[in-house]
Amino acid sequence: MTPQERTWRSQFGDALSDLTPGVALCLLILITFFLIACFAPWIAPYDEGAILTNDSFLSPNKEMRLGSDYLGRDVLSRLIFGVRVTLFLALIITFLSFFSGVSLGFLAAAFGGRVDSWMSRLNDAMLSFPALMLALIVINSLGSSFAVLVLTIAFIDMTRVYRVARALAVNIMVMDYVEAAIVRGEGKIWIVWHEVLPNALTPLAAEFGIRFTYAILFISALSFLGLGVQPPQSDLGVMVKENMQAILYGEYTTLYPAICIAFIAISMNVFVDWLLQRSSAQLPDEL
Amino acid sequence: MPGQESLALHAICDHSCIDIRPCIAPDTKGITLSLLEILVKRLLLGLATLLFVSVLVFLGTEILPGDVANAILGQGATPELIAQIRERLGLNEPLHVRYLVWLSNFVTGDFGSSLANGADIGTEINRRASNTIILAGCTALLAVPLSILLGLACAIKPGGLIDRVITSLSLALISLPDFLVAVVLVTIFAIKLRWLPAIASIRPSYEFFDWVRILILPVAGLTFTILAHMVRMTRSAVLNVLTSPAIEMAILKGVPRRRLLLRHALPNAFGPIINVVALNLAYLISGVVVIETLFNFPGLGRYMVEAVTNRDVPVVQTCAMIFCCVYVVLNMTADILSIMANPRVRYQK
Repeated sequence: MTPQERTWRSQFGDALSDLTPGVALCLLILITFFLIACFAPWIAPYDEGAILTNDSFLSPNKEMRLGSDYLGRDVLSRLIFGVRVTLFLALIITFLSFFSGVSLGFLAAAFGGRVDSWMSRLNDAMLSFPALMLALIVINSLGSSFAVLVLTIAFIDMTRVYRVARALAVNIMVMDYVEAAIVRGEGKIWIVWHEVLPNALTPLAAEFGIRFTYAILFISALSFLGLGVQPPQSDLGVMVKENMQAILYGEYTTLYPAICIAFIAISMNVFVDWLLQRSSAQLPDEL
Repeated sequence: MPGQESLALHAICDHSCIDIRPCIAPDTKGITLSLLEILVKRLLLGLATLLFVSVLVFLGTEILPGDVANAILGQGATPELIAQIRERLGLNEPLHVRYLVWLSNFVTGDFGSSLANGADIGTEINRRASNTIILAGCTALLAVPLSILLGLACAIKPGGLIDRVITSLSLALISLPDFLVAVVLVTIFAIKLRWLPAIASIRPSYEFFDWVRILILPVAGLTFTILAHMVRMTRSAVLNVLTSPAIEMAILKGVPRRRLLLRHALPNAFGPIINVVALNLAYLISGVVVIETLFNFPGLGRYMVEAVTNRDVPVVQTCAMIFCCVYVVLNMTADILSIMANPRVRYQK
């Protein structure tokens, strides 16, 4: 198949027509979780911080559909607010890392030469640092707040996004239609925006999904270690951590948030896998 | 028949299992380097990476709002006491001098003492590192053969039932948070069935059997965190070899399927698989931190998490350096192994 120039609209139409039932289900799950996150205050039966009973780890009952947590708060309500915090943090992180990673990667590919080689070398050096260690060091120095978490994880993600975006752009920059644009006298920025971006869109969308899942797992792991989101705020990882003793009482309280994370992440990965298979013709080899 | 001459060439390749295509292709302007030169180059790059990592660790932990002197004294800090401690710890020296002192101390094994309880970090690290090595070692012994077997099972018939089941299971496993599998395992085996302990604290009186009992759940949990990645990467490494022209030729010659896999494909896939193993052992680092915290296992990972919680800077620096060194060395090993296994990588453009 010869690579064709793609426009924004044709890509979207193609995608909708190849949707398989499994992938559609996963999309539905993702959309449901997003709606829950958006409308949390109206859906949740109680306030997330309200202590409703003196009993920890009550079994699920009529008033509290998933029982109570270690402080006697409603697990269902906390779960709904937890999904909200986790998803929104992950979204902000992914948008930040994408905006910076893709712009830097594309510019490196468009300018080439010394700019490209120095930026890539610096990026490779950053990649030699285990992500969790970087996060732990920053949190050790600055403490854990939403801003520190978001900026640190976004920075870690940016190095990964940069690599993918640059590899994609390098492959597109040698296409005939880019050469034609250069001969027409278009500027670098115009080429990146009108030629490189539309043609890299599907693999980038897949990468967005991968990064989003990664951000969710990363925040949850940090919160689980007690170093992520700090009380009184809570996300899904914090809920897993604080309800660990529930297992001792034979309740599954700690599993509910973990299962929510798993559902979101699995759905996203299935969706991404499907996107990648569709776009495998466009993917450069070195990924 | 298209590609007649290349088929003949691969018939020769097929016997030796080594790529003997001419090293200098006409359209590239490369030079061939000797293996030794490449290895030395890679080792130097690894050393440079370690230095870069040490600078980052140092800067990341030293540039605190407020400094170590404040952290030691806490509430009872008076300006005189702070000045005294700054003097004693050498905090008044310029940054690069402090870095060099810190680095030379680290390299010679002098890690200083903990801010939280004044204990010598070296002895604590010794004790905990051996626990972590046992945990990670057992996991590697279990996960590596298992994932290679599963990956091979997938690659035998891509798109077949076994392949589809294992690939979709591993896709699901990749998406699970590190702690989920461990929490489920604890619920089943420690709480419901009461077969194994839920907490893996270690007493000096423990004998071999006690060790086995406490290690089973953490090792199983940790294995799941790296298994899926390894299976998927092994699968694609073997499939990559299976689609090579040399194997195509063997199929055309009528080599039986089993012999094809074991005699022709496996030796060629060996390099990529070892590479996969080394890369994934590097993934163990974040897994170790989470699993040790979950099981209260007295290893390096939990030591570091506790230190970050207490802002115990020297401990954080030491642990971070150890983990980063292991990571860099594993990545470097993966690179070197793949260079040695694949003559084509030696040829640089």
